[in-house]
Amino acid sequence: MKWGVVRFPGSLDDADALWALSQVMGQEARALWHKDEDLGDVQCVVLPGGFSYGDYLRCGAIARFAPIMKSVVRFANEGGLVLGICNGFQILCEAHLLPGALMRNRSLSFICERVNVRVENSATPFTCAARQGEVLRLPIKHGEGLYVAPADELRAMEERGQVLLRYTDGAGRERDDANPNGSTRAIAGVANETFNVFGLMPHPEHAIEAALGGEDGLKIFRSIVMSVERTPAMASTAASSRSLA
Amino acid sequence: MVKVFVTPRKGILDPQGRAVEQSLKSLGFGGVGAVRVGRYIVLELDAPNIDQASESIRRMCDQLLTNPNIEDYTFEIEPEEGGPR
Repeated sequence: MKWGVVRFPGSLDDADALWALSQVMGQEARALWHKDEDLGDVQCVVLPGGFSYGDYLRCGAIARFAPIMKSVVRFANEGGLVLGICNGFQILCEAHLLPGALMRNRSLSFICERVNVRVENSATPFTCAARQGEVLRLPIKHGEGLYVAPADELRAMEERGQVLLRYTDGAGRERDDANPNGSTRAIAGVANETFNVFGLMPHPEHAIEAALGGEDGLKIFRSIVMSVERTPAMASTAASSRSLA
Repeated sequence: MVKVFVTPRKGILDPQGRAVEQSLKSLGFGGVGAVRVGRYIVLELDAPNIDQASESIRRMCDQLLTNPNIEDYTFEIEPEEGGPR
């Protein structure tokens, strides 16, 4: 399947995401420039981690107005799959493609470590290759990952199953000391109401080879591939592109 | 000149405000509570009158200067000497 990874000024993990997708997953992945508006025929857009536009004002606040974001919003509203990792998650919140916002970590410190996240809903295009309740071990590296949303919105999101990942200990138990940044309800990743947009603070693209300390991140990318191949309309697009190749 | 004051919305966890509050208390300042740390933005704006300036600032705040999910804002407009009022 075809992937596009957006490159903003200040993006850091775009190359890692491209590496994970093309070299490790064998996918067709290319960089998308922030000043372009054309997404081409990509089937999933990735907004990578980093510090887009220096994270001035608020994380993601300026990137949201990049020319390519108009196309990303349109793509998402038409049902296209969008994955936002770390800074990408912040951008998706600022662009109102995802509910809530990300604030300074509870500790006020930048955190760089491996954490455990529990899959709260495995019936989505982003988690279907994982088991419900499975604990994934993924790295985080952020200063502003404390997820907040209005209480009534949070309740509705939980009921609809939009919370896809939650910080837990290695055994999948919720504990305050297993919540690295103080996120509300230990939320690590959320989807939109139609489950085609997903944002998460952990970095699946940094956990794709045993040599890097783990491969749990592959489950997120494999889920997306599985869901695209399962969807008849998308599958035919993928099939025709394969026959062309 | 326009002064825009952005603060974390009441009821939203503000880790910076909480850290500052604890530091003030540990320095012995009594009676301190509900500290919130925000942002102060100063800008110049050409506008024919105060009403249009206000309208324009509200749009700036809603679109870019603040995140309405987590922040509140107030602003003050100081008309230039001899400028439109």
